[in-house]
Amino acid sequence: MKPAIRATALRKRFGAAQALDGVDLEVGAGTVLALLGPNGAGKSTTVRILTTLVTPDSGHAEVAGHDVVRAARRVRASIGLAGQHAAVDGRLTGRENLLLVGRLHRLSRRDAARRADELLERFAMTAVADRLAQTYSGGTRRRLDLAASLVNRAPVLFLDEPSTGLDPRSRAELWSVVDELVAEGTAVLLTTQYLDEADRLADHITVVNQGRVVAEGTPEQLKRGIGSERLSVRVQLPEYLELVGDVVRRVGGHPAVADPVAGEVTTCTADGARLLTELIRQLDDLGILLAGAELHRPSLDDVFLALTPQSPTAAALGGGR
Amino acid sequence: MATAALSDTMVLTGRSLRHWVRQPQLALLSTVQPVILVVLFAQVFGGAVHTPGTPYIDFLVPGVLVQTVAWDSTQTAVGIAEDVSTSTVERFRSLPMSPAAALAGRTLADACRNLFVVLLMTAAGTLVGFRPRGGAAGVAGAVLLVVFFGYAFNWFFALIGLTVRGAEAALAASFIWVFPLMFASSALVPTDTMPHWLRPFAAHQPISQAVDAARALMLGRPPGEAVLATLAWAVGALLVAVPLAVRRYYRAD
Repeated sequence: MKPAIRATALRKRFGAAQALDGVDLEVGAGTVLALLGPNGAGKSTTVRILTTLVTPDSGHAEVAGHDVVRAARRVRASIGLAGQHAAVDGRLTGRENLLLVGRLHRLSRRDAARRADELLERFAMTAVADRLAQTYSGGTRRRLDLAASLVNRAPVLFLDEPSTGLDPRSRAELWSVVDELVAEGTAVLLTTQYLDEADRLADHITVVNQGRVVAEGTPEQLKRGIGSERLSVRVQLPEYLELVGDVVRRVGGHPAVADPVAGEVTTCTADGARLLTELIRQLDDLGILLAGAELHRPSLDDVFLALTPQSPTAAALGGGR
Repeated sequence: MATAALSDTMVLTGRSLRHWVRQPQLALLSTVQPVILVVLFAQVFGGAVHTPGTPYIDFLVPGVLVQTVAWDSTQTAVGIAEDVSTSTVERFRSLPMSPAAALAGRTLADACRNLFVVLLMTAAGTLVGFRPRGGAAGVAGAVLLVVFFGYAFNWFFALIGLTVRGAEAALAASFIWVFPLMFASSALVPTDTMPHWLRPFAAHQPISQAVDAARALMLGRPPGEAVLATLAWAVGALLVAVPLAVRRYYRAD
């Protein structure tokens, strides 16, 4: 079966900035791919290319079997997009917003009205359906935006940072809607900065940084890939931080991130206890004492930190590379 | 294909007209304002400006009609710039509608509004002494010409709204175009009272042509080349602005 989204070697430059530098990805029907990465990594540009809003400089992408450049209209008919900024028309009511989108998807007046009713019901918006959208709370606007992206029952759905600014309850609602859609066979491409969201929703994760894919796999694979545990050691004297970082990197064989504020060096490892023992022995030989040590199960945050090394603390100390 | 494009345009015309109705203050003010202008200009300039052979109010009303549609085009620029900054354009561009529909819908809604305002101003003019000797046919011809001219203007200003960033910049950019055209024109005073250097521009620029044409039609005088010149300006502006604006619309970010 053809994947719902397939992109190969996408490149896009904006002025001097190489926003995308060869991105490949694939999303199958009924699965969720989370596109993860820091601000400016190229997540939004990827989504904008795949939703026909921007044309790539080079590379190739197909969505629902249609080329995003040559068959843009067909792609548009096959996708739903809930944007970063809720693109809701404040001077129309919630119902009118959905009718407008339905009519522009070339539904008949009657079908557009029926679909709007269904969606208003599904998103528990019947009570506010005939109020102007500009009177809605932020969460309700987001729900309306999401509802608008579902009007055409698209087989491919793009959610560009859908839960930014949502309260926990709205977020949980969003997640359950995504679960339902995926169960119905919708392919979802989700960009997010929230790792718990990716962990909760995604079947696959693609981590992008500086316009390139730096890692991909299931959430489990990614966590395992950087070591099964996370070890943090706290130094007594801040001037030893860099030296300890070097030792941790050498002994553990994995990237280490030094955090000067906490006075900690963090790394990932397959066997935390052995690494810790070896570390203490070697540091003792150097005459360095530790103030403390902790072992954690890794989270996606660790994956993220390990894979996107130009975060300020890591860059300042040359860690994690 | 063509019927789908038409249906998309009508849906979006409805959206823009709804916006206007939903802002009763704006709707009321933008209707009352031109009426006040007619009455005010008639009183203020009436004594000072000599329009030989024509009562000033007859001279004035066609001029203010054209000025008003030109002025209201700034709202087109602002509206489109707002759609860009609120991501509405992104939503529209991600929908499978015909490429020109969003701009065609907006400009068509503006044309409907202009028709309403122009008719209202003409009626208000007759209350303060405007006597269109061109009769019903002359008035109808002038109104249609002015509205069509305004439609071309709207597309040009839609292009401005897509070229600059943000509603405030759109307004400022619009003023740069609209003020010289509105005032260095034959709308309020005969151009032969202006300094020599300004006269050739003032007499031949598009607003003056539209004013002269509307004035001739409404007052039942031979329009000379003004009607043709106005149509030529309008069609020319549309031929340039429509493709540029539509292209720009799909590139805006």
